[in-house]
Amino acid sequence: MHKLLKDSPGEKIMLLGNEAIARGAVEAGVAFATTYPGTPSSEISLNLFQMSKESDLYFEYSTNEKVALEVAAAAANSGLRTFCMMKHVGLNVAADPLMTLSYVGVTAGMVILTADDPAMFSSQNEQDNRYYAKFGGFPMLEPSSVAEAKEMIKEAFELSESLKQPVILRTTTRINHSNAFVAFGEMKERKTRGRFEKDPMRCVTVPAVSRGLHVKLLERLDSATGLAEKSDFNFVQGDGPLGIIANGVSFHYAEDAVKDLGIEDKTRILRLGFTNPMPAGLIKDFLKDCEKVLVVEEGEPFMEEAVKAFAQEAGITIPIQGKSADLFSRLYEYDPAMVREKIAAFFGFDYTPVNKIDTSDIPEIANRPPNLCSGCSHRATFYAVQKAAEGMDIICPNDIGCYTLGFMPPLSTGDFVICMGSSVSSSCGFGRATDQKVVSFIGDSTFFHSGITGLVNAVFNKHNFTLVILENGITAMTGHQPHPGVDMEQMGMPGYGRVDIEQLVRALGVEHVSVIKPFKVKKSMETIREALAFDGVSVIISKEPCILWAKSMKLKKVRPFEVTDKCTDHKECINGIACPSFYIEAGRVKIDANTCVGCALCAQICPDNAIRPLKQ
Amino acid sequence: MKTTRLIIVAVGGQGNLLASKVLGEAALIEGVEVRMSEIHGMAQRGGVVESAIVFGNATSSIISDGEADILLGFEPAETLRAIGRCSADTKVVTNTATLPPFTVGIGKGAYPEVEEIKRVLKEKTAGLVAIDAMALAKEAGSPMSVNIVLLGALIQTNALGFSKESVIEAIRRRTKPAFLDMNLKAFELGFEAAANSVV
Ligand code: SF4
Ligand code: SF4
Repeated sequence: MHKLLKDSPGEKIMLLGNEAIARGAVEAGVAFATTYPGTPSSEISLNLFQMSKESDLYFEYSTNEKVALEVAAAAANSGLRTFCMMKHVGLNVAADPLMTLSYVGVTAGMVILTADDPAMFSSQNEQDNRYYAKFGGFPMLEPSSVAEAKEMIKEAFELSESLKQPVILRTTTRINHSNAFVAFGEMKERKTRGRFEKDPMRCVTVPAVSRGLHVKLLERLDSATGLAEKSDFNFVQGDGPLGIIANGVSFHYAEDAVKDLGIEDKTRILRLGFTNPMPAGLIKDFLKDCEKVLVVEEGEPFMEEAVKAFAQEAGITIPIQGKSADLFSRLYEYDPAMVREKIAAFFGFDYTPVNKIDTSDIPEIANRPPNLCSGCSHRATFYAVQKAAEGMDIICPNDIGCYTLGFMPPLSTGDFVICMGSSVSSSCGFGRATDQKVVSFIGDSTFFHSGITGLVNAVFNKHNFTLVILENGITAMTGHQPHPGVDMEQMGMPGYGRVDIEQLVRALGVEHVSVIKPFKVKKSMETIREALAFDGVSVIISKEPCILWAKSMKLKKVRPFEVTDKCTDHKECINGIACPSFYIEAGRVKIDANTCVGCALCAQICPDNAIRPLKQ
Repeated sequence: MKTTRLIIVAVGGQGNLLASKVLGEAALIEGVEVRMSEIHGMAQRGGVVESAIVFGNATSSIISDGEADILLGFEPAETLRAIGRCSADTKVVTNTATLPPFTVGIGKGAYPEVEEIKRVLKEKTAGLVAIDAMALAKEAGSPMSVNIVLLGALIQTNALGFSKESVIEAIRRRTKPAFLDMNLKAFELGFEAAANSVV
């Protein structure tokens, strides 16, 4: 049985934040869950997916976050407890239904989780999604620890049900990817069959209806403010004239700092966990007893601005600060030492930072940049495209996935990446605006996510570019989740359909469609040249499973190659494809047999024919 | 209880996360509070994996620069790269078997001499244990047990104050039964090697 399905209240186990969140949802009786994978949220969905195979929980990987939210909205309006999770930028994709779902509301508890990524460990920006809660009018909860995250999601379901409004649970990477001991709680029974009661005056958002719904939303937010004022998630800790207001992981940094500085008797901390709507009364009360207040929050001055406004309303004129040039930054994440230092500086306490080591004389260490895996088929595709386009002036819009790494030399394939699906739509623009040839790349999962719409646009508006769809049969980047093009039977999971990308692309009306096997380099290059010569939209589908996935599923036999003494040492292989299995020893190119998977890409490009399967 | 902060650095695939989980389990057995945080953005594509483990009664789960009490490095160049997390009071335990980054493999970047790495670490911190964990892992039965060899070395230093028995019990609970004997051997080899290798 899945470890998170165990009905053993009181048992204490070590859980990853994301596992704790999944467990919390299950304890809350969640019956319906949807997502599109994205780090740092991916393990929540992975665990729910696994549990759905062993229970009556419904889980789906949807084609994108917008779809996931729309599917979830229907379930939550049919009376099922519903959970929809995504990474922060995913909420942008879902923003359209999000803003109206707050008007419509729900009939059963619905939690929308946004996993924000301060410092961008695996994201293209560090947007602060607390503004979505304010923007859309959603109550929002923010945990400070792994254990609290599990409890909070349960409360979030209750809160949502009582307000008939979805609740946003906002985490950050340091919650999602932290581990701590968590005690299991009681399991609430799951209600898995619902019923949708027609209610057009609530659910059909024509203008006449929505005008009324906006009024109701504001009323619900008023009730939510009342609940935030009394919520146990908003509490004051300690006593003294120096005030600190903190949320999320920053609360613990502040708590530790106060202890480390030995200023417990002078400091009171207001921890806000229910952060939208902000509890004005509670905050004003807190401010009244303070001489000076510091707001500690990663990201944007979300709380700081509200607190200053409340102070103004209450006629309180004490200094209140948070973000400023000499205090906290709006950039990246915080850490305990930095919070300690700022608290000491703001309140005027002595603080000697630890004696850091002088690193100025440390020998130089080469970087360890991430790289496409040994035998990754994307490498072969990029190589073939670059060779086929030799001498042409090309722009290569790329997309979000492992293949984003293609931007690094020597493949240098990736000139423009802004969000999922952007490669296709930006190609429309580049093709129209320039005289350059445009060759863009997108993965299969990303194509389903939001590449299709760009391609439809391209067909309709008669744009001019070549799109390469990298079909590796899985969502590789986030840890091998399925997508609509995956053969689920092969994974031993019947009960799914399958959408064939080639048929789909043809059906969209793309006139020039070809399929390549990227490890057949010469043949691929010929096909690519034809596609590049086509005037209009051409699509190349490059088909080869993700090697990491194929290896773990035992779909591929691994047979390493070696460099024989026919090699004349021109290093064409290394300079051309940069496979991480290569290394140089005593000036000679070698292949690491432990990591080489025998894709034979290098063997085909070696002009000396010096790379051969290793004799075993 | 006094707070002890441990940083573990490794290259993706070296089993850093399992090692952290074993230590977490050992903390549970010892009745010590523990919080861990991990960063593994693109680790499976050859990047660096770092875990921060905070034992005792602090409430944060990450460790600031200069504030690690112990640095455990699974790869010597990565240990050196993480030296900014140490102070002059930090104890360091490192593997000496190298895994040069690809950039070095193709001659585009320097890999410092292991002796030089050891010298710098020793000079700037409160004590260094350096062992060839790869050789010991192979001796135990598989290169995969490098992580457990290094746990053995860490426990030998007594920097965490955990008993050997607790950690062995944690290994029993946290590793696959098929690998248990190998891991127990790996742990012993690391434990013994560290006793003789304080430089
Ligand atoms: S995980 Fe798969 S798709 Fe991603 S880089 Fe590795 S082989 Fe390529
Ligand atoms: S065959 Fe060549 S390109 Fe393919 S994985 Fe091995 S070394 Fe790398």
